[in-house]
Amino acid sequence: MKKEVTIIIAEDDKGHATLIEKNLKRAGISNNILHFKDGQETLNFLFRHGKGPHRKNNYPYLLLLDIKMPKVDGIEVLRQVKQDNELCKMMVIMLTTTDDPREIDECYKIGCSSYITKPVDYDKFVEAIRQLGLFLLVVEIPKIDGEL
Amino acid sequence: MKPKDVSILLVEDNPDDIELTLKAFTKHNLANVINVARDGEEALNIIFQGGEEDTGENVPDLILLDLKLPKVDGLEVLRQIKGNTKTQLIPVVVLTSSREENDLVESYRLGVNSYIRKPLDFEKFVEVVIQLGLYWLLLNEPPPKGRN
Repeated sequence: MKKEVTIIIAEDDKGHATLIEKNLKRAGISNNILHFKDGQETLNFLFRHGKGPHRKNNYPYLLLLDIKMPKVDGIEVLRQVKQDNELCKMMVIMLTTTDDPREIDECYKIGCSSYITKPVDYDKFVEAIRQLGLFLLVVEIPKIDGEL
Repeated sequence: MKPKDVSILLVEDNPDDIELTLKAFTKHNLANVINVARDGEEALNIIFQGGEEDTGENVPDLILLDLKLPKVDGLEVLRQIKGNTKTQLIPVVVLTSSREENDLVESYRLGVNSYIRKPLDFEKFVEVVIQLGLYWLLLNEPPPKGRN
């Protein structure tokens, strides 16, 4: 993954967000990481709505997306992203505690790239994020461009 | 999912890359069934062998797809996999030597699950294949099988 890729963590649990960021860095990820605490903030950034930060044009982004979040949940965020003509190219990895097969099935049908269940055990959680980081080091991410 | 239940379809025409990929997977005991298709047409025949009667039980758990292939190229294979409801949920990882930005963008637009550039160095190539294998076969929650 190129250094210019920005990783977005959409996660309402601050502890989880910190743990994810810390362990991605431990795996060797040195990319810029942004954190949004609910689905609405994430959509505002991606679709450039509202007053908060907006994504840049012609830059590569990768989204790590929780499902259970306030205001707008992760499945709705995924749906809106995959329906957009430009944002649909973005790699979206679901990172969630839900392991309900129906939920997994739905996310894949909407078009998530990958689905990771957060282990409940702390050490296993850390190891899962490290493994994710090692994988992200070798993957190529496209730029999202065009005016919306 | 236990590694012994896993089947992979490797779509690759370069004999050296086939050998290195098989070596990486068997060394880490990541899959017990690895089918190799040496061109795009052969890949499509394997993937769609059951025709309309296919229950989906024989589909591979993971497809590793090169882009520059004889007869039918990789992007067309990807288009057909992701355009068919019976096969669209199978995780497809493009593994290519292409440095073309357009191949990267088009692959994600078609719904590739991840896109990886082959390192030129042999040892790095094996390392990358191991990382993608560990990620896709052990960490990722696969879509439920035998659906629809």
